[in-house]
Amino acid sequence: MSSPLPPYASTLQVTWFYAFRIICGLIFFFLIFPILVIVPLSFNAQDFFTFTPEMLRFDPAGYSLKHYVDFFTNPDWQQALYNSVTIAPAATILATVLGTLAAIGLSQAHVPYKSAIMAILISPMIVPLIISAAGMYFFYSRLGLQGTYIGVVLAHAALGTPFVIITVTATLVGFDRSLVRAAASMGADPVTTFFKVQMPLIMPGVISGALFAFITSFDEVVVVLFLGSASQKTLPWQMFIGLREQISPTILAVASVMVALSIVLLFTLEMLRRRSERLRGLSPG
Amino acid sequence: MSSATDTSTDAIAGDGIVRAADGTPLKRSLARALRREKLRSFLLIAPLLAFVVISFLMPIADMLFRSVENNIVEDTIPETVQTLASWDADSGDLPDERVYAALFQDLQIAVEQRIHTRLGSRLNYEKSGMSGLFRKTGREVRRMEAEGPFKERFIEIDEDWADIEVWAVIKRYSPPYTPGYFLNAVDAELTAEGVEMKPENERIYLMLFWRTLVMSLMITLSCLLLGYPIGYLLSHLPARSANLLMILVLLPFWTSLLVRTSAWKVLLQQQGVINDFLVWINLIDDAGRLVMINNQTGTIIAMTHILLPFMILPLYSVMQTISPSYVRAAKSLGASDWTAFWRVYFPQTVPGIGAGAILVFILAIGYYITPELVGGTSGIFISNRIAYHISTSLNWGLAAALGTILLLLVMALFYVYDRIVGIDNVKLG
Repeated sequence: MSSPLPPYASTLQVTWFYAFRIICGLIFFFLIFPILVIVPLSFNAQDFFTFTPEMLRFDPAGYSLKHYVDFFTNPDWQQALYNSVTIAPAATILATVLGTLAAIGLSQAHVPYKSAIMAILISPMIVPLIISAAGMYFFYSRLGLQGTYIGVVLAHAALGTPFVIITVTATLVGFDRSLVRAAASMGADPVTTFFKVQMPLIMPGVISGALFAFITSFDEVVVVLFLGSASQKTLPWQMFIGLREQISPTILAVASVMVALSIVLLFTLEMLRRRSERLRGLSPG
Repeated sequence: MSSATDTSTDAIAGDGIVRAADGTPLKRSLARALRREKLRSFLLIAPLLAFVVISFLMPIADMLFRSVENNIVEDTIPETVQTLASWDADSGDLPDERVYAALFQDLQIAVEQRIHTRLGSRLNYEKSGMSGLFRKTGREVRRMEAEGPFKERFIEIDEDWADIEVWAVIKRYSPPYTPGYFLNAVDAELTAEGVEMKPENERIYLMLFWRTLVMSLMITLSCLLLGYPIGYLLSHLPARSANLLMILVLLPFWTSLLVRTSAWKVLLQQQGVINDFLVWINLIDDAGRLVMINNQTGTIIAMTHILLPFMILPLYSVMQTISPSYVRAAKSLGASDWTAFWRVYFPQTVPGIGAGAILVFILAIGYYITPELVGGTSGIFISNRIAYHISTSLNWGLAAALGTILLLLVMALFYVYDRIVGIDNVKLG
């Protein structure tokens, strides 16, 4: 498929070539359409979830920002936004610091029980969320952490650490150990070596791990539904409740804002990936 | 690393032992360095290990424990349990006066602490009517005088106390550990004759497990059907255009699960965009709008969309490594396009199919949010039932047992995944 069709291609081959591209186009449409369609719908002047005749005629009267205004003024949504932006960063910092240290430890040459430790540290990513949520609900209730800010942060940090481990470990694979030895031979103590030599080189991995941990916490709804109380309700929680009970078009405005956020995240990660490859000399320029 | 400088200046002394610069034998010096290195890496790992064990593994262990734990009967009515031990449920006689007297004592204390209703709800999972029986008896027991005959008095309060089956259930569930929750989770129950399946009309969990597996399989298959062409196209395009098209795969991957579920909820509604469009192009009339949500169709469509990137990414990474010369060689030897694809190309993509399919399947069987929102009643999974028992029916033991079975299933699948792909090869983005 990479080369254009050869001149001797039969009619059948030509037909299949274009048919295949059309099929792929339809699948891409299936992937992207549901996400893009909510953006225009969120500007609906009516409280409907479909395109009104005014919108289809591109009549300005059919469009309005009222759902966005509702999002930014309604105290319920504001509380949820506030909770989301306080819980996610705390969980991210905890997961990134602990995860980065552990990934550096795991990348050393002689680690006893390495694969067992790795399996334990990755486990929060494997276990279905509903089971993690159930277990945490039972256990955190015993500790009195159910329904507290700390409880939700701890739970989200635990769910985020596997991503930090995986991304930082991947960066460390290309890390040249002799740089550490060179720094030590020139008299740098281990702490200086870490911050001046190792840290800048593995930074792209750390940041993308942190982004994964952030999005894990920011998007997470199952655990917070069980573990949190009304005062910890986050944006996904509010959306979940909204979708289940009194569905309001404000959800579409919130969803559009979150799509914008994910586009920003996607591009940040792509930049980081390129930078990391360049630093490790895996790809030119 | 400090020992590295030591060992660089080895010297062999007269006794033939290789020594480091400070005079210690090299072997010992190296061993010490190795120990130090192990200790350091362990100290780096330890904080996270402790954190994950406390905040994640202990909760899971707690859940596993809850699925068999049954202290409540012994804790609430300890005397009764003890005196009941000598009673034989198969004898056909009611327990003797001593048991009723013990029950009176126990209930006096239990009612004081208001824990008798909890025991009632616990036993109600095994035999319906127990909750009401304990509630009613609890009310009456306070007014009862502390003298016998207790047997008649209890039967006066509620004739169920003259029912041998009631006592048999109490005796059967008095040990501190019980298989009862697990039996319930597979639609069985413990009766006087041993383990038996429940009557047909009360069996729900096996059917729900079966439905979860079948629907996850259908989701996996549709992900494969849609993901394979995309993986093929991306791996055969020049890097620049492949990277651009990759954005169309990664954007849904990065978009919040709730956002994608709300999008489908909006699209699939009867008054939604898809139905409006179909009416507009006159494919269906206004009365015949399709019901695509709150049923299995809704769950399968939405979850295929949500999990499709997890199929495309492993397929793509495998297909990228397949050299085009194999297919060219096959064609030059006279194979048709189809034969070259099916006999030469396709077998090489099987590892990718295996990895993607298991990953999607594992993720699908544990899904909760999407089936809850677009599945209605016919499209829900076992997870939704677990959530129901935790937050609505409060039968935590059963929720834990269902969760344990689901966890074992996922672990078994993950073991297979680890064998095929390797847990270290998990790649993100």
